[in-house]
Amino acid sequence: MCLAIPMRIVSLEGGEAVVEQSGVSRRARVDLVPDLTVGDYVLVHAGFAIAKVQEEEAIETLALLQEMSF
Amino acid sequence: MRHIDEYRDPEQVRKLVAAIREASPPPMTIMEVCGTHTMAVGRYGIRQLLPQQVRLISGPGCPVCVTPQSDIDAFLGLAARPGVTVTTFGDMLRVPGSKSSLEAERARGADVRIVYSPTDGLETARRNLAKETVFFGVGFETTAPGVALTLAAAARENVPNFSLYCVHKLIPPALSALLSGEAPAVDGFLLPGHVSTIIGTSAYEPIARDFHVPCVISGFEPVDILQSVLMLARQVKEGRAEVENQYRRAVTPNGNFAAQQAVEAVFEPCDSSWRGIGVIPASGLKVRQEYEAYDALHRFGISEMAEIPEPAGCLCGEVLKGRARPADCPLFGSSCTPAEPVGPCMVSSEGTCAAWYHYGGE
Repeated sequence: MCLAIPMRIVSLEGGEAVVEQSGVSRRARVDLVPDLTVGDYVLVHAGFAIAKVQEEEAIETLALLQEMSF
Repeated sequence: MRHIDEYRDPEQVRKLVAAIREASPPPMTIMEVCGTHTMAVGRYGIRQLLPQQVRLISGPGCPVCVTPQSDIDAFLGLAARPGVTVTTFGDMLRVPGSKSSLEAERARGADVRIVYSPTDGLETARRNLAKETVFFGVGFETTAPGVALTLAAAARENVPNFSLYCVHKLIPPALSALLSGEAPAVDGFLLPGHVSTIIGTSAYEPIARDFHVPCVISGFEPVDILQSVLMLARQVKEGRAEVENQYRRAVTPNGNFAAQQAVEAVFEPCDSSWRGIGVIPASGLKVRQEYEAYDALHRFGISEMAEIPEPAGCLCGEVLKGRARPADCPLFGSSCTPAEPVGPCMVSSEGTCAAWYHYGGE
């Protein structure tokens, strides 16, 4: 039940966004995550964005995994 | 699938499995606290990939599974009332109460609607003003903020026929209770990544410090989980007990402040009963008095509920504490199956018994 899917913000209006992943799009409330822009990835859970995916951290995690140096 | 496929790379999985073997930790038991992890561990066959000395057991992180039968019975009672529509996440539909389930009540004519989001529950109320609409608020810290915002919106817009049956629960107090009781020896916690997006890494510091248990917050893809197991294995080997964050792309030290504020505005902590574990102090959320008009307990005059015994032979309570494996239960796979479940761990798509039934166990 704590499933949350990383989805890309396609459009933003007020407290609501259209988000998309792998051709599936839906509406999500974005009240809980301030300062979003179109193109950001957010984790969507039960109709609410709960966190912004931090691109720099993702890149760093993958780089460290490549080198197995974490 | 960006931010997903990178963490399903078979080559990376092989490297991590080899690294876990190379780390050669002593025999260790890791509890994956979250039901979503339990399903991922089953689906990707992670238990079978790990060296023999690394054992994974499931914890109390399936919200439907830890909801006591008394709450399920009370909600079923609401569903059976004329003029009431109940709305809930799909996982609840087949959970057996002591005499019935939502699915059975629906077959008898009750108005039971499955919703994807609490906002859909509120929308159902707006469109059916002649009927009372109750939303069953089940879930951990991940789910509570959205429910809190929905309740606040109902109050702000003065939607007269919407109420919430709140059974939200909190993870850190449950972990402390497990470590304080006669729980199994746990050598490390694989902690729930999405709960942690809300509460942050700092929420677990007292657990690592006071109980000297290594903690790693983990994402949900196979590479995430194996990297977290490796981090736990290294902590155990080196005698460390720290909170480490594998899921850094989503989890920060202090969590999501806006979400914490949304919860704080509408809910307050309360003692809460966990199926199989009992009452844990300050481990639940209840609706604040300012919002009691939207609290289903208040609106329908539901008061203290008696404890209802578990179905005969069902070991869900022990499974939820990590003290029994599904295969230890005499009902598992015989009289208790996903088609005819006896206990909640077999019903919920995230239940430990359902995961073992679908994907195999040890």
